[in-house]
Amino acid sequence: MEVTAMHFKRKAAENLGDEKLQQALEKLQTKFVDGRAAAIAELPNFGEVRDAAAEIRDKVVRHLDRYLLHFEQEAAARGTVVHWAETGDEVNRIVADIARQHGLHKVVKSKSMVSEECGLNEALESQGLNVLETDLGEYILQLAHEPPSHIVAPVVHKSKEDISDLFSRHHASPRKTGIAELCREAREVLRPGFLSADLGISGANFIIAETGSVLIVTNEGNGRLATTLPRVHVAITGIEKVVPTLEDATTLLRLLPRSATGQSITNYVSVLTGTKEKGESDGPEHFHIILLDNGRSQLLGTELQPMLRCIRCGACMNHCPVYQNIGGHAYGWVYPGPMGSVLTPVFVGLENALDLPNASTFCGECAVVCPVKIPLPDLMRHLRHQQVQRHLRPWTERVALRLWSWVARHPAVYALFTRAAVRLLGWLGGEKKMLHHLPGASGWTKGRDMPAPSGRTFRELYQARRSP
Amino acid sequence: MRVGLFVTCLVDLMRPSIGFAALRLLKNVGCEVVVPESQTCCGQPGYNSGDRKSAKSLALKLLREFKDCDYVVLPSGSCAGMIKVHYPTLFANEPIVLESIKRLSGCTYELTDFLVNVLKIEKIPGHYSGTLTYHDSCSGLRELGVQAQPRALLAKMPGVTLTEMQNATTCCGFGGTFSVKFGDISTRMADKKCANITQTGAGAVVAGDLGCLLNIEGRLRRNGDLRTKVLHVAEVLAGMEDTWK
Repeated sequence: MEVTAMHFKRKAAENLGDEKLQQALEKLQTKFVDGRAAAIAELPNFGEVRDAAAEIRDKVVRHLDRYLLHFEQEAAARGTVVHWAETGDEVNRIVADIARQHGLHKVVKSKSMVSEECGLNEALESQGLNVLETDLGEYILQLAHEPPSHIVAPVVHKSKEDISDLFSRHHASPRKTGIAELCREAREVLRPGFLSADLGISGANFIIAETGSVLIVTNEGNGRLATTLPRVHVAITGIEKVVPTLEDATTLLRLLPRSATGQSITNYVSVLTGTKEKGESDGPEHFHIILLDNGRSQLLGTELQPMLRCIRCGACMNHCPVYQNIGGHAYGWVYPGPMGSVLTPVFVGLENALDLPNASTFCGECAVVCPVKIPLPDLMRHLRHQQVQRHLRPWTERVALRLWSWVARHPAVYALFTRAAVRLLGWLGGEKKMLHHLPGASGWTKGRDMPAPSGRTFRELYQARRSP
Repeated sequence: MRVGLFVTCLVDLMRPSIGFAALRLLKNVGCEVVVPESQTCCGQPGYNSGDRKSAKSLALKLLREFKDCDYVVLPSGSCAGMIKVHYPTLFANEPIVLESIKRLSGCTYELTDFLVNVLKIEKIPGHYSGTLTYHDSCSGLRELGVQAQPRALLAKMPGVTLTEMQNATTCCGFGGTFSVKFGDISTRMADKKCANITQTGAGAVVAGDLGCLLNIEGRLRRNGDLRTKVLHVAEVLAGMEDTWK
């Protein structure tokens, strides 16, 4: 997927002015924020489950090599072929090779954010394969030629009306307006696709080391069709998705849907293990799993390691007041919101995503709602520190901060400086004691006034009181 | 009990009345309050902008200035959070300093938290009559658990009616340098906060951090609301809400 994270500010400003988008984003509050709160409230031991979930994920990340090798061994024992890919391009090559080897032409995909990292659809189409997204949201985006704006609800930025228009245009059918009608129409288009496909591609919510299985949660049933009907199934996932046991996966499943969509459980939980055996009626003849690194292993042993605990629930973006106001596209890559503000700079380069770690007020709500206790603000702060160390911040900011820190370390200079500043600002504030413009802080005064100071600092008033 | 008052640089510059209100609240219950005169900034702007070095030197300065205090109290959840939560992180690999830093962090309190949980005050010196709505500042709320404390104190004031706004715990959009770097987004967040404040019909919005107050007041005034007062909780509790202008 193309990286446009450098245009964060411009895109955010556009999105703030997009009335339709703003309306669409209102769904986040009712559907996801309130929904999560209600679903969490029904878990009497939420705190304990969350501790356990964080510990499971932390243990996996600490011993990632061990669990991955165990997974590979168990998967292979059940006839699954495990591939290791360092980059997205490598994933694309492996999938294209599999297609060539088995003579496959028609691909159905269930939702996979990792495949977005790789730009898989474009790569396969350029090889002459026909690719059909079957998750309703992803299907809509495929028709609209747009990237997802959310990792769980990829199409959250669109209104029902947008989708009605899109469907009537692409399906050459009368415009439907009811949600049920629209879903039926999509189902009618997608069903023949499932039945004629020879390659099914999915992601994985977890991969289970003890059984070599792939676990997928979906709400639409498309995941189950895409992974069992075609002759060949390829699951693509990040190396960090491994969990030791099915028991561990069930602990995480108590939190994943609740955190993501406010559901106590998703409509489908599929555990896919091995290929179709003799006498079995369901399942693919060939099952491949591609484990992608794409920068993840760089995080191991660093302060950013906790990010690998992420189970991709999207709660951090649903609850982020920045994301809630600008939507996901502004973040300029696959992963938006706070988790994207950590992952994107790691995956595409710190210098290509300068704004992202800074685009947070550090309100901390993301860390509060994270089911695996990732300290997201701390991780963004760490990336800000790296930006400073690598001299990636603008010189004006560097000078201003260094100057302030120097002044603050010298109380006598600080006293002179602050006395002068409050007098000047107090005078500029006039009778109404309100500043409408501030040189160097137009970001503030474009949309807000600044209440002017009274004209004396606390320190000087306090001194005056103490020495009569 | 020797209580060190760190007024914060923002209060020092922008609204000294908050510092004096805190002083009155502490003295009112018989605390011996010291206000080190060389105090400046806790280092948070540098820390949150990725400049750990300057944050560390300001942390050490603050440590020296307040070393003789039994407690350090701040009329700001965000700066108190810096000392309590983030100073120990900054010195995690320096065991000798870390010990004193941890002692400092352990005795540092946000003002309303200190009044309720350490001093357990019963009588509020100030008087206020009217309806208030309380905005929970992010760091105080999420780093220090300051939520019930200011409300409990305001509830002890006979003339005060507290009306909760919708999404009181949602960020107002200040975020320090965020408010300038991402002015558009920050303003929109402030807008939503202001709408929720206005909807309560309260005569004043109260919070425990001056950063939020400047942001909220700046947006209210720009939108033409000259009526709603924007007050620090210390000013209300000390009965000094009208003294600063």
